[in-house]
Amino acid sequence: MGLTDSDINAIWLTIKLAFTVTIILLIIGTPIAIWLAKTKSWLRGPINAIVALPLVLPPTVLGFYLLIAMGPNGPIGQLTEQLGVGLLPFTFWGLVIGSLFYSLPFVVQPIQNAVEAIGQKPLEAAATLHSKPMDTFFHVIVPLAKPGFISAAILGFAHTVGEFGIVLMIGGNIPMETKVVSIQIYDQVEALEYAGAHRLSAIMLGFSFIALLLLYSFQKRGLASKFRIGR
Amino acid sequence: MVNSVLSIFKSPTMKFSVPFILKISVLWILLFLCPLELSNAVAVTQPTPANSYSLNIESQHANVAVASNFIKPMQQLKAQFEANTPHTIRVSYSSSGKLFAQIINGAPFDVFLSADQVKPDELIKRGKAKAHERFTYAQGTLILWSSKTSLVNNSPDVLYDNNFRKVALANPKFAPYGQAAVDVLNHLVLLEQTKSKWVMGESISQTYQFVATGNADIGFISFSQKPDYGSYWLIPEGFYKPIKQDAILLKNAEKNASALAFFQFLKSNEAKNIIQSYHYNVD
Repeated sequence: MGLTDSDINAIWLTIKLAFTVTIILLIIGTPIAIWLAKTKSWLRGPINAIVALPLVLPPTVLGFYLLIAMGPNGPIGQLTEQLGVGLLPFTFWGLVIGSLFYSLPFVVQPIQNAVEAIGQKPLEAAATLHSKPMDTFFHVIVPLAKPGFISAAILGFAHTVGEFGIVLMIGGNIPMETKVVSIQIYDQVEALEYAGAHRLSAIMLGFSFIALLLLYSFQKRGLASKFRIGR
Repeated sequence: MVNSVLSIFKSPTMKFSVPFILKISVLWILLFLCPLELSNAVAVTQPTPANSYSLNIESQHANVAVASNFIKPMQQLKAQFEANTPHTIRVSYSSSGKLFAQIINGAPFDVFLSADQVKPDELIKRGKAKAHERFTYAQGTLILWSSKTSLVNNSPDVLYDNNFRKVALANPKFAPYGQAAVDVLNHLVLLEQTKSKWVMGESISQTYQFVATGNADIGFISFSQKPDYGSYWLIPEGFYKPIKQDAILLKNAEKNASALAFFQFLKSNEAKNIIQSYHYNVD
């Protein structure tokens, strides 16, 4: 393929970032999704809106606010300084935080919809059998909403891989730390190295297509009745 | 397929019925079309102007692509030029590399103010411009700047003392101001020592932004960008290769009076005075 070391580093870093973000998002996104699916609280609307914000906000807005918030005068920056971890912009964990915001709706919404599709009956049945909430979660919700979780993982991963605007704003282009594939491509275009940009772009195109193909072919196989990405 | 793509955005709280979505879409389409129709109507009923002056103005619009280090002087140049002539110009700011890529792919720019000489060279080679229609409009000045008041005391001491966490520079791979920053660090024999603390902006504007938000303690920026606060070191000229910035008239502009006029204006003493006032050297 003729990939340079720098390309390969960028690919590794991107996979590491997407993997970390997907795992964390599944952990924090699941309770949010289940709460949203079940609650009748007035907070449901506002929380839903906040979760969906990254869908409509330009990444530059998120990136700009994150840069300020994580800077030495921002609330996150002051917190991290006090905790002794320094400032987050230009670090791998800074990117993780940015990506958590950015990919949140892509993980929460599929799970939320899958849980809603289960309906009340199985949960009530579990309750009559004195199932504890944790047991209900692992033995009723997870198996029934499995397609939702899988879609959430695929979408969260793919969306983080495709992230660009936020990384550009808070990354600082540091090899092995914040220089992900999309930034590497951008760099190559800027440096007029179009051949290199083509190679990586083709890989991204292939990856994104396969990720979506997986998602859709997997939905077709009779699971659609229970679940679709949105509904 | 289309349905399932759309369904991503249909969260349960947004359960719109199909007729409702249809109505909304029709409304939007109408809203978008309305101004068009109105302007068409106006155009049709408008009497032909006695002299074609207003039409000329329309055709005398020039598009100017400007490297982002030159934003401040360009704003003043534009104001001055438009005040003194009947011409108007539209300015696009970006990094030289991006503007270059846009130009070779057919972007409708008439004049290009690059941050270097490499890209104008390449445009001539590719037949997008003529060799005699270019000149050096400015020579950039590099400073080391901090948004903190007393961190940089007009000396490179902060670099030697290692008294900073991050130093921002434009990406030397393609940004001339970044290459100049590398030259300076090389000159000071600090290149390897500081490398682990580099953060790179995709343009000199982003480099400025990293320092202005305090995320990088210090950074190499163009003197023209420096605001009234903070502290800086004016780097001696011999520490880096001159940042010669060339302007070039593009093929598009051959018959565009505004573009030609602006290109001439850029060479005038009036323009040179403005450019100099932003700490650029001019011939």
